[in-house]
Amino acid sequence: MIEIEGITKRYDAAAVVDNVSMVIEPRTVCVIVGTSGSGKTTLLRMINRLVEPTSGIIKLDGADNRSVPGYELRRSIGYAIQGHGLFPHRTVAQNIATVPVLLGWDKDRINARVDELMTLYQLDPQAYGPRYPHELSGGQQQRVGVARALAAEPNVLLMDEPFGALDPIIRTKAQEDLLAIQKRFGTTIILVTHDMEEAVHMGDKIAVMDAGKLVQYAEPAEILANPASSFVETLVGASERPFRLLSLGRVRDAVENGTAEGDALPGDASQRDALAELLWSGRPALPVKGADGRPLGRVTVDGLVKRAARPA
Amino acid sequence: MKAWLPTLLRLALVVLLVAFLTNPGWFEPLLKPLTENNAPVIYNQGSLLTLTLLHLRTVLLATLAATIVAVALAILVTRPAGAEFLPLSRSLVNIGQTFPPVAVLALAVPAVGFGEKPTLIALFLYGLLPIFENALTGLTTLPANVVEAARGAGMTGWQRLTKVELPLSAPIILGGIRLSVVIGLATATIGSTVAAKTLGEVIIAGLLSNNLAFILQGGLIVAALAVLIYDGLSAVERYAARRMGREAE
Repeated sequence: MIEIEGITKRYDAAAVVDNVSMVIEPRTVCVIVGTSGSGKTTLLRMINRLVEPTSGIIKLDGADNRSVPGYELRRSIGYAIQGHGLFPHRTVAQNIATVPVLLGWDKDRINARVDELMTLYQLDPQAYGPRYPHELSGGQQQRVGVARALAAEPNVLLMDEPFGALDPIIRTKAQEDLLAIQKRFGTTIILVTHDMEEAVHMGDKIAVMDAGKLVQYAEPAEILANPASSFVETLVGASERPFRLLSLGRVRDAVENGTAEGDALPGDASQRDALAELLWSGRPALPVKGADGRPLGRVTVDGLVKRAARPA
Repeated sequence: MKAWLPTLLRLALVVLLVAFLTNPGWFEPLLKPLTENNAPVIYNQGSLLTLTLLHLRTVLLATLAATIVAVALAILVTRPAGAEFLPLSRSLVNIGQTFPPVAVLALAVPAVGFGEKPTLIALFLYGLLPIFENALTGLTTLPANVVEAARGAGMTGWQRLTKVELPLSAPIILGGIRLSVVIGLATATIGSTVAAKTLGEVIIAGLLSNNLAFILQGGLIVAALAVLIYDGLSAVERYAARRMGREAE
């Protein structure tokens, strides 16, 4: 659990982060979203003390994050940044091993961990381990950057626009991979982005920041349904709202009894994708199948449209 | 031009240089027309090979000292604690460069006596600037997100310096050392005016006795050394740059 209590950071007179308090539950994804200059990155960097707060306390599992030296704290917290920041003079395997080496793990344990992470990220350890970062594609570099952040099995992973430099197709894949790994390791992730789409998709909770202040901190559905201010409403994008709301739900949860003609939709597709498929195919309803291929029922345009309406 | 041609030329130059230093007598007929009144053709007051080795040693020692001091100074002024010393170190190093080596020799002789020492001091001061400026450039133009990642991974200041900042700046620092060495090779010849054992001795002997052959052989050996060492260090630099990923193909 991460408790942020009255954190303020001032540069000269200007408060970049202004009296922010929030609690991040363990094993959840918290997305901090805001425009540039909103203080979201500074807030993130105060958690691992790359920036020291002017006032306020941040507690990690109950312990003040100033109770150990900054470099020791940072070894226990994963950190991934935009443009990956891989060490160009070290091989992929050496890059991933950075924090374990700093922690003095023995060689076998480091090698085993590097192999495990590379396999997890679909990079063959034999083929890619000895390569240098500039020999990889952008998507591969980003994966190595996240693998490096996860190498020492941190409980907390901080990510500063980790997908910002990726093209849309690779970005979607990287987001899915991250969510899968988050579920697997139970890591608490705090992710900074300016992309509301990404925030709604990734976040168990979303923190909206504006001009150094925490404007709203709630679950995605709540942010979409009841934006706390006109700023949040603008950020959400009024025209996108119903679709973003739909994107939170799975088709499985919108299934109605009955049958329909056409290609079956998978049950774990998002309701937004289902609506798009319905509209595009011109049918009023499509069948839904479970992961095992069994029919679950059908999903209808009317049903989904009702779900896209503002929650009461 | 064919890719192997420069390598072949360099190889030929090495062979020629080694042959001249070990068996200068072979080249006597070539240089004979440059002398008058049956003057000696090949330098006869000492072995050319020994002088060359001493010349190289002087340059090596001075460059080594200049590298240690310049890089240490550059590291110091790029740390937050030392930032305020940047202007001061810049002026000090600049003075070293603008002060003519001959003047340094003249001032150093009364203090440390004749011989190698004043030459070392002059070469050291003269060599500081290129290394310092390059080290400064290298350490201040590191990719920001790489340095950020090093901090975020939990490296201490010392670990960041030795594991990330210095390795990544190495190609640029090497470039400074290369300049320094080449300047030093040429400048070391004037050390012989204060009795340092360098190839300048041959040139000065030629000037004193009006022997063009002496002047030419002294000058050509220094020039050949400079060209070869410059090329060698350039190659090391390119290799380092590739290794550090600063020059991605």
